[in-house]
Amino acid sequence: MSDPIRRTVRLLPPVLLLVALPFYLDAFWLRIGLFSMAAAIGAVGLGLLCGTAGQLSLGHAFFLAVGAYGYTWFAGDPGLGLPPLLALLLAVLLAGAAGGLFSPVAGRVKGIYLGVATLALVFLGHHVLLTADSVTGGFNGRSVPPLTVGSFAFDLEPQLVVLGVPFGAEERLWYLGLALFALTWWTARGLLRGRPGRALTALRDSETAASVMGVDVARYRSAAFVVSSMYAGLAGAFLALAFRRVVPDYFGLTLSVDYLAMIVIGGLGSVAGATAGAVFVTALPLLMTRYADQLPLVASPGTTDGGVGPTEAARYLYGAAIVVILLFAPDGLHGLVRRLRARLRRRTGPGRPPSAAAPGPAPAPTPSASAVRTKEHTP
Amino acid sequence: MTAFLDNTLSGLALGAVYALVALGFVVIFKASGVLNFAQGSLLLLGGYLVAVLHDDLGFAGALAVAVLATGLLAGAVDRLLLQRGGPDPAAAPVQTIVTIGVDIVLVTELSRRIGGDLLSLGDPWGDAVTEIGPVTVADSRIAAIAVSAVVIGAVFALFRFTPWGLSLRAAAEDTEAAALMGVRLSRVRMLAWCLAGALAALAAVFLAAFPAPGLERTTGQIALKAFPAAILGGMASPAGALAGSLVIGLTEAFVAGYQSDLHVLGEGVGDVAPYAVMIAVLLVRPTGLFGAKGAVRV
Repeated sequence: MSDPIRRTVRLLPPVLLLVALPFYLDAFWLRIGLFSMAAAIGAVGLGLLCGTAGQLSLGHAFFLAVGAYGYTWFAGDPGLGLPPLLALLLAVLLAGAAGGLFSPVAGRVKGIYLGVATLALVFLGHHVLLTADSVTGGFNGRSVPPLTVGSFAFDLEPQLVVLGVPFGAEERLWYLGLALFALTWWTARGLLRGRPGRALTALRDSETAASVMGVDVARYRSAAFVVSSMYAGLAGAFLALAFRRVVPDYFGLTLSVDYLAMIVIGGLGSVAGATAGAVFVTALPLLMTRYADQLPLVASPGTTDGGVGPTEAARYLYGAAIVVILLFAPDGLHGLVRRLRARLRRRTGPGRPPSAAAPGPAPAPTPSASAVRTKEHTP
Repeated sequence: MTAFLDNTLSGLALGAVYALVALGFVVIFKASGVLNFAQGSLLLLGGYLVAVLHDDLGFAGALAVAVLATGLLAGAVDRLLLQRGGPDPAAAPVQTIVTIGVDIVLVTELSRRIGGDLLSLGDPWGDAVTEIGPVTVADSRIAAIAVSAVVIGAVFALFRFTPWGLSLRAAAEDTEAAALMGVRLSRVRMLAWCLAGALAALAAVFLAAFPAPGLERTTGQIALKAFPAAILGGMASPAGALAGSLVIGLTEAFVAGYQSDLHVLGEGVGDVAPYAVMIAVLLVRPTGLFGAKGAVRV
């Protein structure tokens, strides 16, 4: 079988599974899925910046907020009242523009300095969200108009039944999320494997070498920042649709840190890893809260006898998971899977063609695969 | 004029406390290349220990225990968790994220214990004030400035005159060469972390003292303001951290003090002004005020 066909065949089962899920899962699980998809879109964007370009950003929550509030303002009533699909597009562009405005800093400031500089965006942004209440609704936030395409609304009304399953807002948004995520996956892979991805990887590994090879350092750095902000804007807008309400306190530093944790847990520089990390970080607290009464040592919600509540238990587990995963797999879940796969292949080795026995991913090592923990070269 | 002096003094006091935390960031960054996100939770731990122990041990005893315990914990975090793969500076970004995990666990535990309470630290200054000319200053602020000055001076002397300080500076300059010269990187690192933890615990006392109402579970978040202070000065420069902290403290105090004239910018603008200053500085000097623009040899 030729390579693209084989890849398509391999992609088919997970895609079919994702498409079929809304017919079997209830709203709770679907909502976890929606939040995970939103997080995955944002995490892929942050992964481009941190994993590929080697820039640290703690400002992701700000760009998510720009996307979420941008969509709400473009489509909503105190606002322009544009068609929602156009508003979604404009929100993404607005987030990109916000990233572009920050590019004088993002293009020049490096690594940890940029991380702390972007921290400023989160705090300044939060302040603006609280203060400019004619646009943002202030502390209480504002509700989000549902997305409509033509006469079809991603909302409860009008009622819709597909194959005997009532399709509410969650089911419809699920497919929207899948489409947006597929778009994200496809564009991010294209970027990573194409010329820009190579330029950014070179830049991360050695700024001097890259600039000698003709990579415009400041331009590529700010471009990576703008693209990553646009993904964040898309994630924010989709998140707003899933929540149906946006409030300033959600877009705090914790959210930025969560995104950073996602990409590092997943494995830097890999689209699949960012996705896995996003699902892990998003789903864990929700699941812990839901199944609190069945877990040992965890008090069910509402009891106040000083025990460990489900939210706290989820935080403990989340913090411990970050530490443990990174201690035993510094290259994240992506690296862990890759090593397991390599070991499996070696064990079943003789029956396979020799190319598959080589360690690492078999055909065409991608920048995403080779990007994980390349050793710093010594001067 | 009184208002001006008032703001200057409270800005200096604030800056002195930020300097303790920012110096912790800088020491850790110099020794290990890690941005320590757990500094806020270490600060909270120090304050919590003082609050719990001061009834039995007295304030001074409780403070001593808290500083020691927090320092040891910070050292243990570095030695047992971060350094598992050896003191490899290339792993610094991953280790930075590990500190986030540590921070989450610590903060969750401490906020569970503190709950919604306001803990008193039993410090000897209470709400006493001193009149200096036309201005009235809280004694705790004078103490903050004095103690920080002494402690920061001592830390600078540590850098300059002790073998450990020399090793630290050598390791920050060139890790490999330092290791070849017999610098025990992992021990230098661990001691740096201990020092940073101790500084954070000390800072907690002044952050929770009058005029602040007491130790809350959110007190640790104040460490976040020391980030801009450390970056402003240049992450690898202790003197820069001191200067940056004073700039941030004064900015915050002045913007908060003249807030009525700045009401266009909204309420609580004093809390975010430090970040605006930081961005402005980074635009002009991308590696901070005192940061060296390292030359690269190819």
